[in-house]
Amino acid sequence: MVTWDQLTLLHMDALREIGNIGAGNAATALAEMLHRKINMDVPKTGIMPFDDINRLVGSEEELVACIDFEVTGRAPGHILFLLDAPSAYAMVDMLMGQPAGTTTALDAMGISALQEVGNILTGSFLNAFAQVTGMGFASSVPAFAFDMLGAVLSTALVEGGFYADQVLVIETQFYEADIRLNGHFFLLPRTESLEIILRSLGMSV
Amino acid sequence: MVFATSGDIKVGIAEWKVAKSPSTLITLGLGSCVGITMYDPASRVGGLAHIMLPDSSQFQSHTNPGKYADLAIPMLLKEIIQQGGREANLVVKIAGGAQMFSAAGRQNSTLNVGARNIAATRETLKRLNIRIAAEDTGGSHGRTMILHLVSGEVLIRTVGAPLKAI
Repeated sequence: MVTWDQLTLLHMDALREIGNIGAGNAATALAEMLHRKINMDVPKTGIMPFDDINRLVGSEEELVACIDFEVTGRAPGHILFLLDAPSAYAMVDMLMGQPAGTTTALDAMGISALQEVGNILTGSFLNAFAQVTGMGFASSVPAFAFDMLGAVLSTALVEGGFYADQVLVIETQFYEADIRLNGHFFLLPRTESLEIILRSLGMSV
Repeated sequence: MVFATSGDIKVGIAEWKVAKSPSTLITLGLGSCVGITMYDPASRVGGLAHIMLPDSSQFQSHTNPGKYADLAIPMLLKEIIQQGGREANLVVKIAGGAQMFSAAGRQNSTLNVGARNIAATRETLKRLNIRIAAEDTGGSHGRTMILHLVSGEVLIRTVGAPLKAI
């Protein structure tokens, strides 16, 4: 089995490209849903310790919403979508057609709306991922948490079975300039999926 | 709100640290993880561990013993004694072990790492004949755990609630 320390720069570029295509598709879906222009950063790919994954998003005690999907198929893993609290509230307002600033806490309706955004982003990401790799993927129902970033992220990783000291992360940031919508989309492939993904792209490992 | 200052010693996930008064040990954002503080009021030596998994025996290689309740707690105890703490004096408190995510299918026990971390922490302490003086565990919210080595006070910070001593 290929392990993280055997990855070359070429492999990392290929994984970043998956992130690019998948997140591009997801950003388009998000823009259509919100009727706004959504920008995205060039995906970051890396093998990171837990603390560095936290740092991609913010500080440990920052309040965030996290939507977590288990991805099944030949190359299983997890997808996480994280929004800081102001972005989560702003997104609920946009989805509900309310004036910005209406939402100041998350109720069941708000949570359901965010989970639906997560569903659509994950579905569009996986569609692109499936087209590039020629493999099929399915995602679980979303699990939801709204709490301290450190608590949410570490729990998502441990419950997802990512027990190693380091995790392969493909991360993209979405943002919308006017209202400072700030979301982070993560693909976390399992260690055993790595070789399968790279081979599906025609790469030797 | 009390925020981490430069004088605080931060304990990361899967780490443990031991220090003396007047330092403060702090670990941020415990979710399903469990924080364990040990404090000797006589020498004012104390330690804090942040474990993420219950049991090392389920894994073939342990590159980092700080991850597991069954390995980290005895190592924390040993280090405190080496730094001048006395086992008979130790006041031990635990926090964390929450179930952070809600979803259909997430309620079954094998996925509830938080509950298993609490159980393993209790079991390991029992095996070492150490009594738990106080705890703030379970539930579905994250916690920051702070040990002031001047006083031995252990504080818990959560989102949207005042700082609480345990």
